[in-house]
Amino acid sequence: MQRGKVTGVTDKPSEEIMEGYSVIGKSVPRTDAWDKVIGRAVYTEDIKLPNMLYGKILRSPHAHARIVSINTEKAEKLPGVKMVMTGKDILPVKYGIVPFAQDEYGLAIDKVRYVGDDVAAVAAVDEATAAEALELIEVVYEPLPAVFTVEDAMKDGAPEIHEGPKVKNNVSIQYRKEFGSIDKGFEESFHIREDVFKTHGQYHAPLEPHAAIAMYEPSGKLTLWSSTQIPFFLRHNLASTLGITEDRVRVIKPVVGGGFGVKIDMFSKDFCAAFMSMKTGRPVKMVYDREEALTCVRGRHPSIVKVRTGVAKDGRIISQYIDLTVDGGAYNSTAPLIITLSGYFAMIPYNIPNLVLDAKHVYTNKYANGAMRGHGAPQMRFAVESQMDILAADLGMDALEIRRINALEAGCDHPAKMILRSCGFKESLDLAANAIGWKEKRGKGNFRGVGLGGSGWASGVNNMSHIGGGAVVKLEKTGGVTVLTGAADIGQGAESVIAQIVAEELGVSFAKVRVIAADTDVCPLDSGTFGSGVTVRSGKAAQLAARDIKKQILTVVAKNIGGDPEHLTIKDDYIWQNGQKKMDINKAVKLVQYADIQVPMIGRGYYQLPAKEPTTLLRDNGDISGSYSFGTQAAEVEVDPKSGRVKIIKIVTADDAGRALNPDQVEGQVEGAVMTGLGHTLFEDPDFDMTNGQARSTSFTDYKLPTALDAPDQEVIHIETDDPVGPFGAKECGEGATIYTAPAIVNAITDAIGVRINDLPITPEKILRALEEKNNKGRKEA
Amino acid sequence: MATKQIIVLNVNGDDHEILVKPQQTLLEVLRETLGFTGTKQGCNEGSCGACTVLVNNKPTLACSTLAVAAVGKEIMTIEGLAGQDGTLHPIQKSFVENGAIQCGFCTPGMVMSTKSLLDRNPNPSEEEIKEGLSGNLCRCTGYAKIIKAVKAVAAG
Repeated sequence: MQRGKVTGVTDKPSEEIMEGYSVIGKSVPRTDAWDKVIGRAVYTEDIKLPNMLYGKILRSPHAHARIVSINTEKAEKLPGVKMVMTGKDILPVKYGIVPFAQDEYGLAIDKVRYVGDDVAAVAAVDEATAAEALELIEVVYEPLPAVFTVEDAMKDGAPEIHEGPKVKNNVSIQYRKEFGSIDKGFEESFHIREDVFKTHGQYHAPLEPHAAIAMYEPSGKLTLWSSTQIPFFLRHNLASTLGITEDRVRVIKPVVGGGFGVKIDMFSKDFCAAFMSMKTGRPVKMVYDREEALTCVRGRHPSIVKVRTGVAKDGRIISQYIDLTVDGGAYNSTAPLIITLSGYFAMIPYNIPNLVLDAKHVYTNKYANGAMRGHGAPQMRFAVESQMDILAADLGMDALEIRRINALEAGCDHPAKMILRSCGFKESLDLAANAIGWKEKRGKGNFRGVGLGGSGWASGVNNMSHIGGGAVVKLEKTGGVTVLTGAADIGQGAESVIAQIVAEELGVSFAKVRVIAADTDVCPLDSGTFGSGVTVRSGKAAQLAARDIKKQILTVVAKNIGGDPEHLTIKDDYIWQNGQKKMDINKAVKLVQYADIQVPMIGRGYYQLPAKEPTTLLRDNGDISGSYSFGTQAAEVEVDPKSGRVKIIKIVTADDAGRALNPDQVEGQVEGAVMTGLGHTLFEDPDFDMTNGQARSTSFTDYKLPTALDAPDQEVIHIETDDPVGPFGAKECGEGATIYTAPAIVNAITDAIGVRINDLPITPEKILRALEEKNNKGRKEA
Repeated sequence: MATKQIIVLNVNGDDHEILVKPQQTLLEVLRETLGFTGTKQGCNEGSCGACTVLVNNKPTLACSTLAVAAVGKEIMTIEGLAGQDGTLHPIQKSFVENGAIQCGFCTPGMVMSTKSLLDRNPNPSEEEIKEGLSGNLCRCTGYAKIIKAVKAVAAG
């Protein structure tokens, strides 16, 4: 990893601070790597409990239908079947991530809304019996007209997917964000340009399929092991839909095999396993097969983005109007968030003094879309960053220069009142451009090209209610440290980074710190893994908890050796006073134990950025996060004009994620994010039969994930800023790097072939068609 | 229903006498009957590579192999790769040290495929590494650190 220029609010050079750290900034191997590499890490599907039943879900064959009747008699009589449940058995309580947008039941009641909707569930002595029982359930449907595109869904007279006064023409959530005066801005503009961009869906496709095991005990306690990103939200949704109090539910997150947003919602496997365990008194396990884990969960929102931008002669953006329509599928899931986040990430990384965003979330009869890595921003950045290149060309400017001119900087007066305490965006533009060879390679044509894309992302989104995290740090007699955190590690390395933070803050060696995480009965409240907020939120809570216990220890030590506790510190397992080693940590722990303090040795921390109640995410201007990552990606591509195939030669990511707490892990996040973006840009494309809504991409054979053969040369340049909000200056790094891969590649393809394609994915067919049109046009003109 | 039969499977050097149905896959038997849960089930249709084990040293998708077909052969799962004393195999060590592991779900299959690749070709080029691992999907790492880890083992 290369180190870029230091920016941000600190006045100390970064390298000097780094020298002082023992664990922070070091690429220590992850705490869970050993278990994972020997096959001992326990994922939900690996757990087996005594007397356990196996559950399966019956799914709708119709995209839209009324359920007339369900006859479960034959299924119930099949030997080995212990229970069959339908929507008639459950409380009519809706659930969802955002309280005012809840529109889903644990199982369908009265109506199904997509092919794959959850209709009934079975628990049996083994999986084969459960599968056989599904075949014996008789459902009579009354099929209803269905719609599969947002255009059809919004037409007058289109079928109503969710009835109710709040939903007109299937637009479930609408939002307008406005600041400045766009009319005035357009009047003042030298040049105005309007373009329409389209993006398609994407499967998250973590390798671990969704799974849950529920165990109900006669005492009235329900325990759920679930492959979830949000144990505490899941507890809440489970309790409310089951009609029991949250304190009776314990959610435990075992090791999770990837999420990327698709394990944020509660699913029928959680709800039905819990429901059937409560009824049968036996543990119930449910594991989705690969088809379910692709087509019956969540995906990335397809979108239509119209962008009208007015610029000054020198390339400064004066005014921007954006009309965004996203295809939500059958349910809201994160509907209000996708469109607002999409809007927020139209407001960085460039200065847009006058902006209006009109956004709509529209129901269609396909699986519901939800949060996916970047959550709304990749759609928006693809559109805006593509248009930046178009504007530059219109003005006869360099595409790097137009970005530099408009780049936001730390401490700026942001038009929407975001507070950028650190911002390495401008540096990222130059570093990425240099690394890809911008000057030498841009505009040379001949089917080889380079392109840029810029973006920023939030380190967690804060102006919603209760987005906080807690931590407890316990000091053991032997000097070992146990951290309890609600943070949910889904593979990104949260537990490991939290261990690094605690080790550094408390001054003990990394190997002494053990993390116990994501168990709602044991760990303090945490909002979970989404919005790339874990390192900053849960990491800061852990840092504060470590600081709390450190203070307790140093107070006792100061009494013992004399002097002010403020002048003592702990580092590398020793207590230091004025640069002198005074005693080792074990001795200090002993002193505290013998000090007769009648409380356990526990440090506590909680971190939540200022938030307003009720949520103001949709309405107000203001800061939406404590800090923002920034970055630029540069792509170099080669296009084969005969086949239309694109070869990605290199991707450079210059990324300002604050201080890299673990550089290898930051790099790993970026490299993984780039591949997810690359797949989305070029070939990943969930396909549907548009006559009946049946998903066609139902396996890894029909849906191509990038393989090692697709891996381009990657360079990650870290721009180290020292952000004052996050622990040790860290900002987010998990999501941001997915956002700008599409525009970087598409702008490079345009540079290579001289024509632009505005709808993703960029398939060989589209390239060949674009080249043919270009040639035809050329011939006509000649 | 087809009759069950008693078979002996040799896994990681030990013989296991078990009762199986003829249609049971090696993956199901390894995970459910014998408890070798290190071998992962990612798709159960032969397209993700998470269930890769070695059968007579050949990389084999356990989900697409019948248990009865593995009788009389040497099966090695991820649990059998490290030394008896817990010492990591050089491939495992390299994966840990090079940050090649994120969620870890593809890791056992990826490590077994790497072993097979390096057994066949101790000094693979980058293209040969990519080719050798192209049947193992990973959604987290972008493959960069995995490729780096494999190169590091090859370089010793």
